[in-house]
Amino acid sequence: MSFFLNQVIIGIQLGSQYVMVALGLTLIFGILDISHFAHGHLYMIGAYLLYMVMVLGGVNYWLALFICMAALALVGMLVERAVYRPLRGQPQINTFIAAIGLILMLETLVRGIQPKALSVPKPIDKTLSFGGISMEVQRLIVIIGAILLITALQLFIKRTRLGTAIEAVAQDREGASLVGISVNRISALTFAVATALAAAAAVFMAPLAFISPEMGGVLILKAFVIVVIGGLGSIKGAIAGGYILGLLEALAIAYVSSAYKDVFAFAVLIVILAVRPTGLFRGRD
Amino acid sequence: MEKKAKYAKAAALLALLGIAAALPWLLGKYQVRILTLAMAWTIATLSLNLILGYAGQASLAHGAFLGIGAYSFGIMVERVGLNFWLSLPLACLVTALLGMLVGLPSLRAKGPYFAIVTLCFNVIILKVFENWNWLSGGIQGQVVPRPAFLVQRWARYYFVLAFLVLTLVVMRLIVKSMLGVTLMSIRSNEDLAEAVGVNSFRNKLLAFVVSCFTVGLAGVLLALENGQLDFTITNYLYSFYLLIYLLIGGVATLSGPVVGTIGLYLLLDYMKNIGIKGVEEFRYFLFGLVLVLVIIFFPMGIVGGARRIWEWARGRLRRGEAQEVAG
Repeated sequence: MSFFLNQVIIGIQLGSQYVMVALGLTLIFGILDISHFAHGHLYMIGAYLLYMVMVLGGVNYWLALFICMAALALVGMLVERAVYRPLRGQPQINTFIAAIGLILMLETLVRGIQPKALSVPKPIDKTLSFGGISMEVQRLIVIIGAILLITALQLFIKRTRLGTAIEAVAQDREGASLVGISVNRISALTFAVATALAAAAAVFMAPLAFISPEMGGVLILKAFVIVVIGGLGSIKGAIAGGYILGLLEALAIAYVSSAYKDVFAFAVLIVILAVRPTGLFRGRD
Repeated sequence: MEKKAKYAKAAALLALLGIAAALPWLLGKYQVRILTLAMAWTIATLSLNLILGYAGQASLAHGAFLGIGAYSFGIMVERVGLNFWLSLPLACLVTALLGMLVGLPSLRAKGPYFAIVTLCFNVIILKVFENWNWLSGGIQGQVVPRPAFLVQRWARYYFVLAFLVLTLVVMRLIVKSMLGVTLMSIRSNEDLAEAVGVNSFRNKLLAFVVSCFTVGLAGVLLALENGQLDFTITNYLYSFYLLIYLLIGGVATLSGPVVGTIGLYLLLDYMKNIGIKGVEEFRYFLFGLVLVLVIIFFPMGIVGGARRIWEWARGRLRRGEAQEVAG
């Protein structure tokens, strides 16, 4: 039983990471109809930035978290401005291909500078245990950090003027620009928020695993699986889908096979799309 | 006038073929090998061109199908002991059959979602080949024995060249046929094509299966040239590289894939061997950058861009003549 509960905790922690990445993806899709395939690689850049700031720069972990989020927010805005905005109005497949170009650039750049996998020390290197369940503090940081950020995002979208503007653009781009919302500003803002969220996920996760240039690749595919399952552009769907996938994966690794751990999510996606080509829950059309 | 242009084009193509046929006698061993590989990759790019360029469906599973074609050929020849001429078409058929099984569910998804599903499939195949040692031959990999007539390097060059010409001819026939027109109508507006009675799903599936058959052939030829396979032949990075060759060369043309693949393959190889520190590590950075710039500024690639410049120049020339006559 305690083994099972430990797997559940790992699943929730994996799910927290997935939710933070998938939320950005679904926001960007909802606002701009862009399949931002390079999102996972920006997450990877976030992890390397953490290494630079914390390990090489000697900055405190919690301060490094804010530095990484702010820096990646800027990078996200840059990517939107330089790559996606010139492609607005073109077929979706063109933006997708541009994103693949971006992926190649980021991955080779990082691998060229630092080919080895790196590790980041844990800020609190302790393990809590109670009643047969043992849990590293870092996993707790991932889980609680994700809950805080997801709540903050929800409040931002529902309670602030800027947040409602994002929602307005997501619902009707033309209508929003008619009432004086600048679509360009909103899309830059969306990219900033989404990328900062991915950076936070990277900072939380980095001490638990090695960081490597290809860490973003499989992650982004899983995030896409979540977004498709949860309904394109749906925030609630991404949250539910992320936690479900994390739990399923942790249990599959423990009880089925760990060599094929990355395969489960993709097999699920292929089956779902075969049965329901528009995704499980109906999102925005 | 039209006829004259047609003859000129045929003559140019024949001259090009003549040069290609003469090359093994002019170049060194290493260059012949690189050109042979480049031509095999061109066949793979041509296969992606059918499904992406003409039907508008971006398959990112072609790396997997390339590996499946290569491995089925290697396994049939080496482990089963089948005849060479039987194994070659059978390997392509196996690839096409798997392509049908993958296409049936995945072609229902549209646009980027088709790309994502096929990429997921490619990752699954890579993981299977990576972990299932019986299938992939583990670390030793899979040996691909060559028949006696393909032991010579130049013989393999002509063998691949012959298949490249054959592929180009078949692709041209497909593109000019009713199927080609139907595919292009699906690419430009799937709903409209459906409305006028085109069964878009069936046509997309047909294009996908033919495309998989062709990329299987490319896999077989690569396996023959390398003589040895390991699981990395199913890497999804190859799906990306094919995409880059195709987009930089020019989608929905027949010369684009040839120019893009052979040009980029030779350039990449040159950069690998140039010996300047940094160039080798960062060459794919350059390719990523070029891909982004091409898709923003020249969505039709080198061949499309050249064609546009040519048409613009000819238009100006004609207008100039017309003005002279009027004046």
